[in-house]
Amino acid sequence: MGEGEWRLSAKADALQLRAAMIRAIRRFFLAQDFLEVETPLRIPAPAPEPHIDAVPADGWFLHTSPELCMKRLLAAGYPNIFQICRCFRAGERGARHLPEFTLLEWYRAGVDYRALMEDCEALIASVAAGLGRSGVLAWQGRRIDLTPPWERITVREAFARYAPLGADEALGSNRFDELMVDAVEPRLGVDRPVFLYDYPAALGALARLKPEDPSLAERFELYIASLELANAFSELTDAREQRRRFTAAACERRQANRAAYPVPEPFLASLSLVPPSAGIALGVDRLAMLFADRTAIDAVIAFAPEEL
Amino acid sequence: MYTASDLRKGLRIKIESDPYIITEFNFVKPGKGQALYRCKLKNMINGNQFERTFRSVDVFEAADLQEKKMQYLYKEEGKYCFMDNQTYEQVFLSDEQVGEAKNFLLDNLEVEILFFEDRPLGISLPNFIEVTVTKADPWAKGDSVSGNTKPVTVQTGYVLQVPPFIEEGEKIRIDTRSGEYLTRVKG
Repeated sequence: MGEGEWRLSAKADALQLRAAMIRAIRRFFLAQDFLEVETPLRIPAPAPEPHIDAVPADGWFLHTSPELCMKRLLAAGYPNIFQICRCFRAGERGARHLPEFTLLEWYRAGVDYRALMEDCEALIASVAAGLGRSGVLAWQGRRIDLTPPWERITVREAFARYAPLGADEALGSNRFDELMVDAVEPRLGVDRPVFLYDYPAALGALARLKPEDPSLAERFELYIASLELANAFSELTDAREQRRRFTAAACERRQANRAAYPVPEPFLASLSLVPPSAGIALGVDRLAMLFADRTAIDAVIAFAPEEL
Repeated sequence: MYTASDLRKGLRIKIESDPYIITEFNFVKPGKGQALYRCKLKNMINGNQFERTFRSVDVFEAADLQEKKMQYLYKEEGKYCFMDNQTYEQVFLSDEQVGEAKNFLLDNLEVEILFFEDRPLGISLPNFIEVTVTKADPWAKGDSVSGNTKPVTVQTGYVLQVPPFIEEGEKIRIDTRSGEYLTRVKG
């Protein structure tokens, strides 16, 4: 047995757990009459995000998430859909990042982001049960209580509590991301999972603004054991506003010397038909890290890019 | 020039006129936010260490480092002298700069000296060297209590563990990266 085979065979427990986890995820959605969909990995125009780079593929791009195609399905009248697929983001490689990773994305029509928080609580509990686990997650010597309801804290509250600057000041001085990573994230989801919600409007590219406070976007992120696990929006369905935000993001990309992407016109054309809805993307590899009690994302996938 | 996405453990960059080596590297990226490249850096001249977080817009100059083949001549007043056999240029390295390599510095050994802009910084040895054992306890045959290895001293003064059958005056091969015994060299 060579070095490579030996390393692969040592991952057997983690790979089996991962497969069982994905089966449990499918069972959870199928039991609620969700439609499992598949959308193309290679697309002509990814959503322009200031800090996410797509991998070029024969004149088009590998998708960075399936959101544009899935929202077109919503527009066409598919109310509850989910997908488990590979996504690609250029240059993202670290202990918790892979340039090719597995995302679970699901959408519900007729609800806002609060319903997705309840979905998360039920999904993780259901996956834990499917793996024969109790309601307490043991991870790196910590015990994380999965009993709902989980903690809900706004971004402004979290910055006020944990960071030396307020969320809006941090954003204004271009220190939001740094403080999020250094001061806020280490404190999130330590004893039980937490939803960090209501981001400053500028940080919710495809999210609806809060009707009662348009300085905030209806976006949340789920954290367990300081690990960022999922990102959710109440979906923006205003095509004009969406086009304005895409233009702003494209402009920001140009100023940072990042690649330009074509405008996803078919998506914008169908956006006005998208019903009030909410959507969420959850990192399957990271969820596997939690259930497999691992700190490195490489431990829960068969091949890291460097092993190919 | 390097960009932040080139950063990795072991990369050597120039910051404010000094060469630094990245000793720890971590990529972090919050949510849909910007990528942050957390590095622990060590100054290759004075050994000072610090942590710094870079962003994707940061660019770096490569440290102008060159390795040159030189021969070890002698040690005098705490300085190790090396000579370029082509140009007869001589350079001196301190104890600190030579570090663990002093255990394997045989007279006339050919080594690589690392230079930063004409200034010698450190040394890299050949992976394997052959040395003579200068001090070894005799092998008590059949003595299984004393274990599988015994300590010996070699000509550089270095002490290491070897199999019990190695005797004084013999030549052995050492892996300079681990400092461990490899084989007996039949002379």
